[in-house]
Amino acid sequence: MRFIPISQGDAPETPVASKHLPLTRRNLLKGTGVLMGTLAASSPLALLAPSTAWALELKFLNQTEGDTLLQMGRVLFPHAQLPDAVYALLAKDLDGAAATDQDKARQLREGLQHLDHLAGGSFLKASATRRLEAVKAMEGQDFFNTVRGQCVTSLYDNEMAYATFGYEGSAWEKGGYILRGFQDLKWLPDPTPEASPAPYMG
Amino acid sequence: MAKFDFSDDSVVVIIGSGAGGGTLANELCQKGIKVVVLEAGGKQSNASFINDEWKSFSQLAWLDKRTTSGSWRVAKDFSGLPAWICKTVGGTTTHWAGASLRFQEHEFRTKTVYGELAGANLLDWPITYKDLEPYYAKAENKMGVTRTHGIPGLPGNNNFKVMYHGATQLGYKEVHTGNMAINSQPRDNRGRCMQLGFCFQGCKSGAKWSTLYTELPAADATGHFELRTQAHVTRIEHNAAGRVNAVVYIDQDGKEQRQKARIVCVAGNAIETPRLLLLSASNLYKDGLANSSGQVGRNYMRHMTGSVYAAFKDPVHMYRGTTMAGIVRDEARHDTRRGFVGGYELETLSLGIPFMAAFLNPGGWGADFAWWMDHYTNLAGMWLVGEDMPRETNRVTLNTNVKDQYGNYVPNVHFDDHDNDIAMRNHAFTEAERIYGASGAIKTFRTPPYPSTHNLGTARMSARAQDGVCNRWGQTHDIPNLFISDGSQFTTGGSENPTLTIVTLAIRQADYIASQMTQKAI
Repeated sequence: MRFIPISQGDAPETPVASKHLPLTRRNLLKGTGVLMGTLAASSPLALLAPSTAWALELKFLNQTEGDTLLQMGRVLFPHAQLPDAVYALLAKDLDGAAATDQDKARQLREGLQHLDHLAGGSFLKASATRRLEAVKAMEGQDFFNTVRGQCVTSLYDNEMAYATFGYEGSAWEKGGYILRGFQDLKWLPDPTPEASPAPYMG
Repeated sequence: MAKFDFSDDSVVVIIGSGAGGGTLANELCQKGIKVVVLEAGGKQSNASFINDEWKSFSQLAWLDKRTTSGSWRVAKDFSGLPAWICKTVGGTTTHWAGASLRFQEHEFRTKTVYGELAGANLLDWPITYKDLEPYYAKAENKMGVTRTHGIPGLPGNNNFKVMYHGATQLGYKEVHTGNMAINSQPRDNRGRCMQLGFCFQGCKSGAKWSTLYTELPAADATGHFELRTQAHVTRIEHNAAGRVNAVVYIDQDGKEQRQKARIVCVAGNAIETPRLLLLSASNLYKDGLANSSGQVGRNYMRHMTGSVYAAFKDPVHMYRGTTMAGIVRDEARHDTRRGFVGGYELETLSLGIPFMAAFLNPGGWGADFAWWMDHYTNLAGMWLVGEDMPRETNRVTLNTNVKDQYGNYVPNVHFDDHDNDIAMRNHAFTEAERIYGASGAIKTFRTPPYPSTHNLGTARMSARAQDGVCNRWGQTHDIPNLFISDGSQFTTGGSENPTLTIVTLAIRQADYIASQMTQKAI
């Protein structure tokens, strides 16, 4: 089985699949937690990936904390069609921040404990309704703001999100859209040529 | 490129290389005048621009520390980022969408036309539309503005089709693909628009006008031009007689340098320009340079803005093609029956997935927010931009509690919407929703203002010295060899995107500076 280590943003022009390395035992031991999952074979992302299995190593957070952040991301920005592999990026990015910033580490650890408490002991074991209530109860707090703010880039600024939501990303290397559908909308009549002249084609 | 000595006191020093500074530099160089441009940012190129919203933002945006205050929504959503403008060679002409609209005749005399408005510091410009008309024509020709000088309009994209249909259904008459400084056909050694959809990220094809690859190389070709990049100006100095005579800056190696100057022109955009005047306070000018009126930093305008996004049951792919792909101009008129003075434009706008997540509803989360992202391909979007009221209390000041990387006080931007701004925004939101409704929208969303891209008025023109900072030529009332050369000199904001007027004023100012130099007046 091959794993996709999830790298986000380091090289936006590179598809998700490009930096695939097998996950070794040594890598496994280095981190305190590893998030793993599989992409549904029906997902458009499966076509981008060398393998449907993915794994993500944590430096600071433990397994439960990583999983909790992943699930908190699902409560904050619930997208049925967005795979766990994307929400795992949230855990990865927050883990990375915690590994180098003690204040951030404390804020995350305490916030996650509080979240568990609000969810009746374990956020992961709580029902969807209870999870939403727990997250809502923390709205406006520093921990909530940190996680919500991180979601904005972790969840939406990556190639898997582009593919999921149907955004085509960088257009330059494809010659732009002049020949690729910038006027392909057919469910409304075309504007007059005075309002919208034909493209110059040389 | 020419190389001038630090002690050469015959040069004109221009601070900033964007629409104002870059244009002025070229115009002066074409007349044989020696120019040193100091640009705080580094140099990018069409090749190095990035079709990626966040990466490009890091590459181009002015991200030095700034603070905010006031009741405007931006202070809450983006407290450290009052403005979305650039720190790079070419300034914000790298980032702008290309909309190039002339002011309307009445917008130069708003105090006369709109009358007294409580809480607004309205003033007529000391120049008229007639004064600017020939210079507007020169600017449009220079920039290659569509639908002027026989240049065809751009082809409209899907986002425009949606706006056009709804707007014409409602009876709007002036609906088209705009007056854009983007080549609809090859011109001026630049190709035609490839409909990349990344106008805000620096145009990789070069179809969009930017001083980076038009004015600045043209200035360089004269042999009278020197551009110093990563040259962050911290102070303008003056002699015992009160004339400015040198500009102090931190160079790319972090070393302080002092360039002597015959004339200094400030074009750092309407936050840095007043900040620099204030930072340059001296024993002679205790309140900052050119500030005998106390108006430096005041009357900060940022245009009434807002956006409406609409979801449809079928795909739009609004991100394909030019960002500002079309316009409705009918609401730009002054007509107080709508409940406010001044007018506004409706212009298409699109964001990619990364920026949509950040800007659609800052602070938003949950199933409602996710619904909009899920419908991304079926969204259309438009930006609402109109005249906001100048207010003395809306102002750029030095925040004496916070310093930047060079140890200088950062600018604080304070803004409170005027009631007129709010009434106009609500009207614009409603009209935008009606337009999309007429095109079959299943849902619409009112997006609050983004960080300001149109920053204006903080060193404004006035006929009388006590009402403003500079005269009809952008020459400061107090110091004859100190000029304001960017949007800071706008007396009022108009409803139009300001770049064309900034370029127009720069061309006109160059004529004046040259004649004053010839007459040895400065």
